[in-house]
Amino acid sequence: MGFFLEVLIGGLMAGVLYSLVALGLVLIFKASGVFNFAQGAMVLFAALSLVRLMEKMPLPLALLVTCVIMLMLAYAIERLVLRPLVNQPGISLFMATLGITFFLEGFGQILWGSDIYKLDLGIPKQPIIILEKVFSGGILVGSDDLFATIVSGALVIVLAIFFQKTRIGRALRAVADDHQAAQSIGIPLNQIWLIVWTVAGLVALVAGVIWGSRLGVQFSLSLIALKALPVVILGGFTSVPGAIIGGLIIGVGEKMSEVYLGPHIGGGIENWFAYTLALLFLLIRPEGLFGEKIIDRV
Amino acid sequence: MFYREVGEFKGTYAADQVVFPIRQDRYFVWAVVAFAFFGVPFLANPYWFSAILIPFLILSLAALGLNLLVGYCGQISLGTGGFMAVGAYAAYNLTLRVPWLNPLVAFLFAGGIATLVGILFGIPSLRIKGFYLAVATLAAQFFLDWVFSRIQWFTNYTPSGSLNSPPITFFDFTFDTPARKYLLCLGFAVAFAMLARNLVRGRIGRSWMAIRDMDVAAEIIGIRPLYAKLSAFAVSSFFIGVAGALWAFVHLGSWEPLAFDVNRSFSLLFMVIIGGLGSILGSFLGAAFITLLPLFLNQLPAWLGLHWSTALISHLESMIFGALIVFFLIVEPLGLARLWRVAKEKLRLWPFPH
Repeated sequence: MGFFLEVLIGGLMAGVLYSLVALGLVLIFKASGVFNFAQGAMVLFAALSLVRLMEKMPLPLALLVTCVIMLMLAYAIERLVLRPLVNQPGISLFMATLGITFFLEGFGQILWGSDIYKLDLGIPKQPIIILEKVFSGGILVGSDDLFATIVSGALVIVLAIFFQKTRIGRALRAVADDHQAAQSIGIPLNQIWLIVWTVAGLVALVAGVIWGSRLGVQFSLSLIALKALPVVILGGFTSVPGAIIGGLIIGVGEKMSEVYLGPHIGGGIENWFAYTLALLFLLIRPEGLFGEKIIDRV
Repeated sequence: MFYREVGEFKGTYAADQVVFPIRQDRYFVWAVVAFAFFGVPFLANPYWFSAILIPFLILSLAALGLNLLVGYCGQISLGTGGFMAVGAYAAYNLTLRVPWLNPLVAFLFAGGIATLVGILFGIPSLRIKGFYLAVATLAAQFFLDWVFSRIQWFTNYTPSGSLNSPPITFFDFTFDTPARKYLLCLGFAVAFAMLARNLVRGRIGRSWMAIRDMDVAAEIIGIRPLYAKLSAFAVSSFFIGVAGALWAFVHLGSWEPLAFDVNRSFSLLFMVIIGGLGSILGSFLGAAFITLLPLFLNQLPAWLGLHWSTALISHLESMIFGALIVFFLIVEPLGLARLWRVAKEKLRLWPFPH
């Protein structure tokens, strides 16, 4: 039982990290209907920028400069990619973000180098043992995992307030519902897109910091976007809570399957397990757990 | 002046329905094919064959298959690498376990097995579309990657997981020299291009295009999405499976699962986008472009007298690919094939533009 709980908690923690990347995807999809494949590349780019800037300047300044860089990146994407492609079918925009992915991966690594960089934010790493009284030996929990969970929890709350309570948040939701209607009541589309891509860039930075401090900042960070895809599929593209819960389900499912199913059919199944889970789920409920119902009209 | 349909009178329905209705087009295509078969083998050197022409032809075949699915039927797929792997490993296991089977026949059977796998992974397309489907096909990619690297039976229990292809013979003729391999690939590419061309202008191709343009409307006018979508997946996977078998047997010779990873899927999708969605010619142009660009980039610093590291070149390559994708999507969503068509339109009026 103790072991089961340990696997469960490990899975939940991993799930939180997936949720962080998935959040960025959902934000952009909600506000612009673009399925942003480049989120992983943005995570890599943000983390690389931060880690290389930290060599030159103190942490708060480096964070600030990285935020400015992400803002500039959002501006460039809005200006050079989204604006010319306005009113194109979603699938063209998706392929355009594929292009952005490759561009950013190349550009980031030319600009900042392609080694593995250590990102140390001074987060304690030694595991904590909890529930020692309930089970013999207790349950091991990494304190960096705990930190990640707290940060992403806080991020989700901030984003929820931002979306529900502020003027800009309401404008974002209006744009998500209907581009034309939003534009006709005077919401500036271009500005909204700039804001949402910046927010997604900042979420990518948070994800990059947390993933980077665990794995080191390296190219493989860009691949975690591939892990976030089944998360948004499962949770629904249009739902922030969906991204969180989807992430938790995928995280737990992955760990559980690796531990309990893996030995029977050969290891390494976590690469595709999440996808298969999402795929099976899609067959039953194509819009995901919390997504809006998809209605086709001719 | 020389390129126009004026003065070409069609007396029969058959003449009206030929693949290339304009005589000059017909002659041009015949000339290109004849040159490829009889001219190139004498002109090219082995490096050209093995570094440019053979990969180009095989990737064209795979891009053609993907184009049928993405360009004609509108079902986006990121699992192409996985289906190529199915073709390669199926061909390997067929030649290994059925020794009397001719490798060339094994290629076709491998395509058949890829077809079955393609249909299986195409089933979700009945429920989901767009990028949901892209994610579903990524599932196919990762699952197939895992199958071929973890399940030892497929790799005949070789400890390293890398496989060597047996020689390809046809009766007493062995496809061993680069020129012969080239001719083999060319034969496959031409035959499959003809097949694709005829498929897309027939009933089945039209039903694909109707599904692509608007699936609900297509369903209302009596096209069954089940058949249209799954047949697109089937035909596309067949092409891709054969291409995968050729890639492993003819181009690589010895390979491991990494040869068919998700990057292969992306680069094939890029070929289709850059070459032209929904165009047979576009598949070839896109494949040529993406095969040649890295070679060109590798040569470029030498020509400019610079010393760039290989890492820099590979990053630069991915940057240029990314920028080009965005550029083509914005400026010319129909790709290189569209430029070719525009050039032909211009040529019809040349040199008297009014």
